Amino acid sequence: MSSIGTGYDLSASTFSPDGRVFQVEYAMKAVENSSTAIGIRCKDGVVFGVEKLVLSKLYEQGSNKRIFNVDRHVGMAVAGLLADARSLSEVAREEASNFRSNYGHNIPLKHLSERVAMYVHAYTLYSAVRPFGCSFILGSYDQDDGPQLYMVDPSGISYGYWGCAIGKAKQAAKTEIEKLQMKDMTCRELVKEVAKIIYIVHDEVKDKAFELELSWVGEVTNGKHELVPKDVREEAEKYAKDSLEEEDDSDEENM
Amino acid sequence: KSITTIIAVEFNGGVVLGSDSRVSAGETVVNRVMNKLSLLHDKIYCALSGSAADAQTIAEMVNYQLDVHSIEIGEDPQVRSAATLVKNISYKYKEELSAHLIVAGWDRRGGGQVFVTLNGLLSRQPFAVGGSGSSYVYGFVDAEYQKGMSKEDCQQFVVNTISLAMSRDGSSGGVAYLVTIDEKGAEEKCILGNELPTFYDQ
Repeated sequence: MSSIGTGYDLSASTFSPDGRVFQVEYAMKAVENSSTAIGIRCKDGVVFGVEKLVLSKLYEQGSNKRIFNVDRHVGMAVAGLLADARSLSEVAREEASNFRSNYGHNIPLKHLSERVAMYVHAYTLYSAVRPFGCSFILGSYDQDDGPQLYMVDPSGISYGYWGCAIGKAKQAAKTEIEKLQMKDMTCRELVKEVAKIIYIVHDEVKDKAFELELSWVGEVTNGKHELVPKDVREEAEKYAKDSLEEEDDSDEENM
Repeated sequence: KSITTIIAVEFNGGVVLGSDSRVSAGETVVNRVMNKLSLLHDKIYCALSGSAADAQTIAEMVNYQLDVHSIEIGEDPQVRSAATLVKNISYKYKEELSAHLIVAGWDRRGGGQVFVTLNGLLSRQPFAVGGSGSSYVYGFVDAEYQKGMSKEDCQQFVVNTISLAMSRDGSSGGVAYLVTIDEKGAEEKCILGNELPTFYDQ
């Protein structure tokens, strides 16, 4: 799908003759080069899963986190340039904090994602800056509004979702997500499915080792966003690995 | 304290706000029919007491901020948001201002709620009284308030309180204004002097 900009792609303040802003599209390519992150909304919460590629055995386990906490009830999973994502997580934290200071209650997720999306969009207007090279998924759970899931991409638009995926294997992940009946599942069931999807879309040939980052927010955590506890994560990873082996076996039988 | 008598009470499903109508400059009554129950949003009102200018200005500012806020979030604002906005102004300028606003209203999350913002604090209470006339009725409200009153009981409770305060406080008088807020909306009522309940010595 690549097309050459030739002259119209030098700055974000230029349109091409066919009405595209190439700098923004290039930013989205940066996201597609990064490893996959998915977020799924279920009956009573939201679960995030990130395929964190481990580039070196010397890395400490758990470093370079890709899931952030933005306020107590909101989680953010990112894909793309990690440094850009970290700076945006600070922006999101400040928005949530100012809202609480001015209005006395938790920021509604729709409003937060619109505010951060507006900030991301501002960087697509000028030639003096470059667009942010990351997409991110925001999720929260609230007693009255229930679970919410929003995704923001480098062009600065935000959509609400029941399930979404960003990063290199997002098409494959979306196919797997569409098979799920998420509206009827609970967080505990969903966490296993999320782990399974990450294992499925992980490319053993091109990328070697990876760490699975799982987090959730929902009734099971009383509305607090946190990394999934160790025992739940191990159970989910075991389920994921077992399902993959089953599929391998069934493939051989068909042959 | 400050001029006026104001009161707000929660009931299951809404709130009732009440006030007198006297504005005095020293010993002169400059307005005997002022409505001290000011709209902040469709289902959130505040009761003004203290310096009339300060209180009105705070109410206007918060009304504007809530208009913008409700459009930004795409739904009716929470009563807590309105009270926090009032509190932020009252606290930041507490040395310069001399007004106390009681914020009360209905929202879909918490039902009827009453918030006190005296001197820049923020506190939710089942009922609240304020203004110079309130000193004379603390005993009455403490004794007569009961949990789980109906809407009509609350309205009668508010009218009785205002009436008693008006008869003892020189800075309160005139007519009584009542605002009842519930899920369906806000209803304003004015009770003239001769229709107010009378007690001992009247």
